[in-house]
Amino acid sequence: MNTVGDLLHTVTADNISDGRKRLGKSLVWGSALLCVSLAVLQAAYQADHISIGFETWRPILYAYMLWATALCFAQVIVNGEKGKRTLFVLPAALFVISLVVFPLLFALYISFTDWNLASPNGPQPNGWDNLVQMWNDSFYWNALKNMVYYVLVVGVEYVIAFGLALLLNAQIRARKFFRVVFLLPLMLSPVAVSWMIGKSMFEVRFGPVSRLIREFGGEPTFFGNPEIARFMIMAMDAWTFIPFMMIMLLAGLQALPREVLEASKVDGASGWQSFKEIVFPLMLPVSVTAVVIRIIFKLKLADVIINVTSGGPGGATDSVTSFIFREYRDRSNVGYGTLLAMVYLVLIIIFVTLLLKLVSRWMERPA
Amino acid sequence: MTAIFKEHEADLRVNTKWWASRVAIYTALFIWMIVCLFPILWTITTSFKLAPDVMKGNLIPWWDFTPRWKGWESIGLSPRLIGEVSTVREEFFKRFWNSTIISISAALLAVILGSLAAYGLSRFSYRFGFMKNSDISFFFLSQMILPPVVLALPFLILYKSLGLLDSRIGLILLYTLMVLPIVIWIMRDQFQGIPIELEEAALVDGLGIWGAFTQIVLPIALPGMVAAFILSLVLCWNEYFFAALLTSSNASTLPVMVASQTGSQGINWWSMAALSSAAILPLVIVAIFLEKYIIKGMAAGAVK
Repeated sequence: MNTVGDLLHTVTADNISDGRKRLGKSLVWGSALLCVSLAVLQAAYQADHISIGFETWRPILYAYMLWATALCFAQVIVNGEKGKRTLFVLPAALFVISLVVFPLLFALYISFTDWNLASPNGPQPNGWDNLVQMWNDSFYWNALKNMVYYVLVVGVEYVIAFGLALLLNAQIRARKFFRVVFLLPLMLSPVAVSWMIGKSMFEVRFGPVSRLIREFGGEPTFFGNPEIARFMIMAMDAWTFIPFMMIMLLAGLQALPREVLEASKVDGASGWQSFKEIVFPLMLPVSVTAVVIRIIFKLKLADVIINVTSGGPGGATDSVTSFIFREYRDRSNVGYGTLLAMVYLVLIIIFVTLLLKLVSRWMERPA
Repeated sequence: MTAIFKEHEADLRVNTKWWASRVAIYTALFIWMIVCLFPILWTITTSFKLAPDVMKGNLIPWWDFTPRWKGWESIGLSPRLIGEVSTVREEFFKRFWNSTIISISAALLAVILGSLAAYGLSRFSYRFGFMKNSDISFFFLSQMILPPVVLALPFLILYKSLGLLDSRIGLILLYTLMVLPIVIWIMRDQFQGIPIELEEAALVDGLGIWGAFTQIVLPIALPGMVAAFILSLVLCWNEYFFAALLTSSNASTLPVMVASQTGSQGINWWSMAALSSAAILPLVIVAIFLEKYIIKGMAAGAVK
């Protein structure tokens, strides 16, 4: 995407009259004025300054949507052909901005308040108290430490996924059948997986796996021991998401230039040599993409933990997301929970930026 | 003849080596197949078991246990109960319907918004303030790293004041936001693969840019759009975190229903198993029949 100027050139011969421009501008400003004045009225109503108002803020939402629509139409009215081009990107941009940027600003505000949804007196700004509390909250640091472990496991998942992709790329029969079967775990919802595997197959008394272990004379514990519990969560998450990396790597393998592989065969390279010297280096870009996307997904890990261990034993399996989820559900402490989430967001942004920088320097290509 | 085509010792060694690699490959494939299939098989068979079968760990239907409809009866989906009124079944279908509507509308909305944006970004150069094309692309794709937990609590409060809590619209908006970067990622790759000369020809023939887009480009990009749609559908169908926080009785989805039942452990395994099977079955069917599109969607952007 390093093009200067349009790839698709259009000749525009627009004669837009001043009246048309004024119409477009007045549409935008009119609807914006309506939206703002409604919002001010509603705020005054909620603060008991005036007696007329709406029950909820929803009419302001409608006014906002009216403004967004007017903005889109005004692009064409005011700018003509150029506006039609803008119209491709504008709806998505408006959608994302209104659903991400506004809530994020709002989150920034509530993260510096003491706001318990259960108590009647709304948000109470409390300065840096939440940050101090976070600094002393050993469970939060513990959850962050767990995230490091969870992210590191991506390496193991990558090795398994690469192996499976190589298997599927080999000369085998019934390739389509195996591909569908290997894809299946990705289709299952993490909640169903946490019952199917975590709560029934690895159930200590009757689960088939515990039974198998007892056959061999062992005593099964899965979610009692911190290390094993963490390993189990990792395994369940890996089970669901290995197909994801596998498919990406398989696509990469199938796009490899055939001549190079044949040339290496002619030159007498053994299977391992041709993998190490040719396949792996050529697969590096695809591998990096797959691993980075997988890490991004991993940072959101929560469903399995919430449903299988709810963080236990003793916070050994907690991820940041599941910790905040419980913080909200058990204490409905919105202010503190949001601060934790915001800190996590900042950490993620730093981490991912560093990762991408590192990768692009190492690969000498923009990731 | 035998003298000429005598199996040389070196040939024999190659032969055995080839066979060894065959055996190794198929063993590995079968082991992973069991890893993938056993949990699914276990869940489906458990839904047909009675308590003693579960305790004894019987596995193979008709051989070491007789399949019963008990588990499916508990969600009102057995042949005996299908004609009767069942509140559990109504509950189940309500959740199922919620999941269907929410995931389909969110995926559709994301594909529409995402395709438009991706097309614009791959064809024209924009300048919004300081943001150029690459910045806009990065802005969209960077939404992927935004963890849901950051948005969850602000949205809880915002939805409460907007009266959108426990409504389908609220979830649809959030899910659209969640899958939009993925759709843009896939579609940008698709549109970049379509030669610009096609649209230039269309423009010469008198179509506008929107006409060229809808009549020329869209039909070509349709398989890619289907891929993006299916992938979004899967992600939305399985989403749990937002649904658990933002819905209660009215708009809650299937994963929330499954999760709320998991608390009751132990004795009624069969009903849990039936519920889980019913919840995963639609996507298993999707995976089997639309596997091509799912793979296409995930492979897009991985390979340049």
